[in-house]
Amino acid sequence: MTDAVVVEGLVKRFGENTALGGVDLTVSEGTVLGLLGPNGAGKTTVVRILSTLLQPDAGRAEVVGLDVGTQADQVRAMIGLTGQYAAVDEYLTGHENLEMVGRLYRLGKREAKARAGQLLERFDLADAAHRPAKTYSGGMRRRLDIAASLIARPRVLFLDEPTTGLDPRSRLGMWEFIADLVSDGTTILLTTQYLEEADRLADRMVVIDRGKVIARGTADELKAQVGGERLELTVGTVEQLVVVTDALRPLAHGELHADRQTRRLSVPVTGGTDTLAEALRRLAGTSAQVLDIGLRRPDLDDVFLTLTGRSAEDADTTTDAEDSATVSAGAQS
Amino acid sequence: MTTLAETVSDSVVITKRNLIKVKRVPDLIVFATLSPIMFVVLFRYIFGGAINLPPGISYAEFLLPGIFAQTVVFGSTVTGASIAEDLQKGLIDRFRSLPMSRSAVLIGRTVADLGLNVISITVMALTGLAVGWRINSSIGEAIGGFLVLLVFAFAISWLMALVGLLVRTPEVVNNASFIVIFPLTFASNAFVPLESFPAPLRAFAEWNPVSTVVQAARELFGNVPAGVPVPDVWSLQNPALYTVLWTVAILVVFVPLAVRAYLRTASR
Ligand SMILES: Nc1ncnc2c1ncn2[C@@H]1O[C@H](COP(=O)(O)OP(=O)(O)OP(=O)(O)O)[C@@H](O)[C@H]1O
Ligand SMILES: [Mg+2]
Repeated sequence: MTDAVVVEGLVKRFGENTALGGVDLTVSEGTVLGLLGPNGAGKTTVVRILSTLLQPDAGRAEVVGLDVGTQADQVRAMIGLTGQYAAVDEYLTGHENLEMVGRLYRLGKREAKARAGQLLERFDLADAAHRPAKTYSGGMRRRLDIAASLIARPRVLFLDEPTTGLDPRSRLGMWEFIADLVSDGTTILLTTQYLEEADRLADRMVVIDRGKVIARGTADELKAQVGGERLELTVGTVEQLVVVTDALRPLAHGELHADRQTRRLSVPVTGGTDTLAEALRRLAGTSAQVLDIGLRRPDLDDVFLTLTGRSAEDADTTTDAEDSATVSAGAQS
Repeated sequence: MTTLAETVSDSVVITKRNLIKVKRVPDLIVFATLSPIMFVVLFRYIFGGAINLPPGISYAEFLLPGIFAQTVVFGSTVTGASIAEDLQKGLIDRFRSLPMSRSAVLIGRTVADLGLNVISITVMALTGLAVGWRINSSIGEAIGGFLVLLVFAFAISWLMALVGLLVRTPEVVNNASFIVIFPLTFASNAFVPLESFPAPLRAFAEWNPVSTVVQAARELFGNVPAGVPVPDVWSLQNPALYTVLWTVAILVVFVPLAVRAYLRTASR
């Protein structure tokens, strides 16, 4: 498989601040790369360089074999860009916005109109098609912006946090749409704060922090780096916690962790559901009242917290970070 | 590289987009028409009595070319604020990621603003006719008079485009251009004859291109007051030529600078 995007040793400085300190990444043709990282990591800077908006200070950046610096015009004809902040003309209607962008991609008038109509339909904007975008909600603008980047069926698509600000239904719709694009052969580089989104859409991921790549691989590979599966259960009382800890100790591959506050026990295990069945048998032999029990594999939130020491959603406030990790852990078990 | 035909077609798309905004935001059209009307009427009746012109010369005839010049020059400052607004809203980023002509965004902007100036000047001319202004020359000369005004303003638009790309905040662009343009239009022969100016200011006004735009327009409309001698400086003796030189110089310098700034700019 050939690489649609190649980035080597990319460096970008803003004054004293080194936004990118030598980033390498590739995106194979027809696949999705998820670019993850906390706020200020340099995700947007990578996207802006690849979409010809910024010139790097050092390194190589190529899109479909074209250099983004010296062959910018040809690159622009191949790509679609949805920036982090919606770039729609508020005074034009949704239809006029798309038609304008289509014309500037040099589609004929008729084709630009037809594509505009299709995309407005596809993105649930048909009813609002002839209203100025000023009257659109944030999510509608976002969808219009994404539609604009798709108007000329780009071979490579850059999406900088495409679903930030979308409601859950629109987000699901967007995921389906992105999956459709990929099955049509579009190559996508996507940045996101939602690890679930990366898990679901991206074939491979690159995690950057402070302008450097700190991890890369498939979701499974990244999760494996963080650790294996754990058996987790909650019991009614602290006394029972002691009882179940003793009962399950023989199953543990590593150190058990009992939290008296939440009366929760976490046991590193191998063997999947067989182990779970064995654990249930052992628990039945005790008088402990088990409130919930489950096998949990690390999710990308764990990966993120482990790798960066921060949460994806909020790098600044640790309390938020802990909350969000706990919430998603609860949702998984 | 883009061909000339592509540049033209991209510029047309952008010009249309800018004019749609004018249609959708009525304030713009109101300001482009009402304020010139107000200027014409206020100056005509408030200063008209106070400013000393030799007997037999109508202040309306003296005034209108001055008002035209001031209004179109102010009209061009809109270019800077609009470009800064596009930059802030991320639209320039969008355009720069498209395979379109490098200069079309700026051409479309300056041409649309030229369109606004055509509307303003038409409204002012009609208002002027209602308050006593007359064209005392041939149709060809009169058209020349309007062209000198509009083309000079078009050149100023390109200068303002550069300012907008560098300053990047619409409000600041507006204030900054006000500080520059206001003295430039008042330290000229637009509203009063230059005799009354103190010496250093007078020298500045004599070489101020706004003065020569006004002087050229007065000549071409046949509005030069017979009893007021034209100062004996080359600029005012050859106002049309001097103005054209300025216009060309501004375009030659600022079109490439503005395009270069556009290619390098980034919204955030
Ligand atoms: N135009 C600019 N001028 C100066 N510094 C900049 C500029 N753009 C980005 N930076 C800096 O570069 C670094 C990387 O920014 P970037 O926008 O790429 O981060 P990001 O990963 O997209 O973050 P976020 O998740 O918040 O969008 C930050 O430290 C930022 O302050
Ligand atoms: Mg970003």
